[in-house]
Amino acid sequence: DRNIAPMPDAAPRMNAEADFDFRLIASAQASNAAADGKFGIGRPALPEEVAAWDLDVAPDGTGLPEGSGDVLNGEEVFVDYCASCHGDFAEGLGNWPKLAGGDGTLDHDDPLKTVGSYWPYLSTVWDYVNRSMPYGAAQTLTPDEVYAITAYILYSNYLVDDDFVLSNENFLEVEMPNADGFILDDREESEAHFWTAEPCMENCKDSVEIMLRATDLGVTPVDEAAVEESAVEPATDEETTQVAAATPAEAEPEAEAEPASASIDTALAEEGEKVFRKCSACHQVGDDAKNRTGPLLNGVVGAQFAHVEDFRYGKTIEDMRDNGMVWDEENLSAFLADPRGFMKGTKMSFAGLRKDEEIAAVIEYLKTYP
Amino acid sequence: ADPDPLITEVQPWASGWGDAVDATPYGMPIEFESDVIRRNVEWLTADTISSINFTPIHALDGTITPQGCAFERHHSGAIELRKQDYRLMINGLVDTPLVFTYEDLERFPREQHVYFCECAANTGMEWAGAQLNGAQYTHGMIHNMEYTGVPLRTLLAEAGVQTEGKWVYVEGADASSNGRSIPLEKALDDVLVAFKANGEALRKEHGYPVRLVVPGWEGNMWVKWLRRVEVTTQAIESREETSKYTDTLADGTSRKWTWVMDAKSVITSPSPQAPIKHGHGPLVITGMAWSGRGAITGVDVSMDGGVTWQPARLAAPGTKMALTRFYFDTEWNGEDMLLQSRARDETGYVQPTKAQLREVRGLNSIYHNNCIQTWHVNPNGEAENVEVS
Repeated sequence: DRNIAPMPDAAPRMNAEADFDFRLIASAQASNAAADGKFGIGRPALPEEVAAWDLDVAPDGTGLPEGSGDVLNGEEVFVDYCASCHGDFAEGLGNWPKLAGGDGTLDHDDPLKTVGSYWPYLSTVWDYVNRSMPYGAAQTLTPDEVYAITAYILYSNYLVDDDFVLSNENFLEVEMPNADGFILDDREESEAHFWTAEPCMENCKDSVEIMLRATDLGVTPVDEAAVEESAVEPATDEETTQVAAATPAEAEPEAEAEPASASIDTALAEEGEKVFRKCSACHQVGDDAKNRTGPLLNGVVGAQFAHVEDFRYGKTIEDMRDNGMVWDEENLSAFLADPRGFMKGTKMSFAGLRKDEEIAAVIEYLKTYP
Repeated sequence: ADPDPLITEVQPWASGWGDAVDATPYGMPIEFESDVIRRNVEWLTADTISSINFTPIHALDGTITPQGCAFERHHSGAIELRKQDYRLMINGLVDTPLVFTYEDLERFPREQHVYFCECAANTGMEWAGAQLNGAQYTHGMIHNMEYTGVPLRTLLAEAGVQTEGKWVYVEGADASSNGRSIPLEKALDDVLVAFKANGEALRKEHGYPVRLVVPGWEGNMWVKWLRRVEVTTQAIESREETSKYTDTLADGTSRKWTWVMDAKSVITSPSPQAPIKHGHGPLVITGMAWSGRGAITGVDVSMDGGVTWQPARLAAPGTKMALTRFYFDTEWNGEDMLLQSRARDETGYVQPTKAQLREVRGLNSIYHNNCIQTWHVNPNGEAENVEVS
């Protein structure tokens, strides 16, 4: 269509004579915009900037920094930073990823895919731990810690012995069991029969029977509002049960409004519950709360430092406790804003909450667990 | 019959005032539509910070997904990144590694396109049998938006790709980084560095201020909060392209680099969350179809579980890698129906049955389940997710 201008694929060339500013720019970028059609937008990335962001590690080891870590040290670091989700032995807790086990299950129903049973390249483990773990505190590990954690994960999968030391030197010597377990996308060949010029329109089957019903499983989330609203959708027994089970939770806010908690700003505490998700990988509150990577936090507001008897605290916080430090709102706020600044050498790997509102909210939430 | 008082009596809204302008400077849907929302399935993941929710496709029509109810998938939560703090780096095998600010991006010639973004795991819970009872849950890991952005090839040309470059590695600014390797050929073809969706800024949950758009390819590659594009000789084989987003076959081997989303369709109404409430007579059956291989050319509908098929009406001709809405206008008088839809695309691909897929892939592929879906509609108009022979 002659009336439609095409998308430009190179920078427009201005008449340099006509524009004094352009002449200056053009002379400054003589090897660039004027000659090669580039736009001259952006600036060169500095080597320090590329080094800060270009962290990925390829299967051939490209990108691995110098360093090393052994299995035993790895176990310690793993228990501190990883075990609250992945389990002490990398076996995975609850729905969190299992990193060990599953050997020989890939052709079974529901195969168990772990680093040992599935991951084809060790570089992927190092790279992911280095850039994205620990969950909620990514990029806080040193290269040696990452080597150590990687060594421990290998050990958990019985791929190395307990005296193994992993380093950038021997990295490529580790054999991953499922390295040859992958093929390139072959749908074009193996599924060629899906390209059918004339799909069947009539008498395509002799008979049709219902084999399975989703309602028999009953795993679909129940939308209570929709159940109430819908006249044609009577609740099944399962739905009724689940709705009934949900009722006590609904009644909770009323219970919280009792005089005992009159000083709590409920709306703020609700905000704090959301913020607390950032903490919940390591800390628990409530009746069933247990110590995880971090201590349980029931009753922390107003308590002395290191208030949980059976938790293994670091020396710094115990010293501070012995000096009479108390978790009043001021100290909590300062700690949550900058954990390592407030408590040098704290074991908590969390980087801190940036917003004052979040800090106030999470403290209010903690108050609801006296 | 008695006259309808809604007609014969003056109603409050016909007499008094409505809201003034500015009552909602940025509007939300009216309260009566408050059930048209994203939903998640809690048992799917350990934690909502690394999780997925589902677009309420059963309640939408047309093709464009409003951003506010378009499904979200994050691996480390939806981060808040200001435009002023945004930087995009191009590095690796380029003549000049470059850094762009957000404002820089808006100075390059830009394009706009409508594309669907579908999670590779969409319908993944249905491999072993009918499991989730609702189109939102079975097919809602998809949205379709009009993107404005700069072609990635423009930015790569600005940095000057060297001849040894065969791949780009793209990553986000969030803690997960969600890095993926993309062949250079695709990166130079139709990949967009997008900053607007449906005319406005991206939402936080979709990667504000800048995300990658990789037309027709699995949603995991559409990196949000895009911060770096590295030209490399090899695939990086990140977590997201080895331990996840690889498709295990019955014999235990796994396919990798299964990037393209094959042709697929689903009837959105009637469906379990959108039963027939209006009684007998005229019935509009509607749904959506899409293909990562190109444009949808046709959709067939079956009301008897796949014995007989009839062509549906496309609301508009299909366009490449974008959702197509289809309608099938019929009459329903309380018959039991086994509703199915079957998409066809411009490459001649025909959406397969679940049995056909299982024959090739077994039950453990998780990803790329594009099988024909069946809804059983009973004489009351209620619909349920079923698997048929």
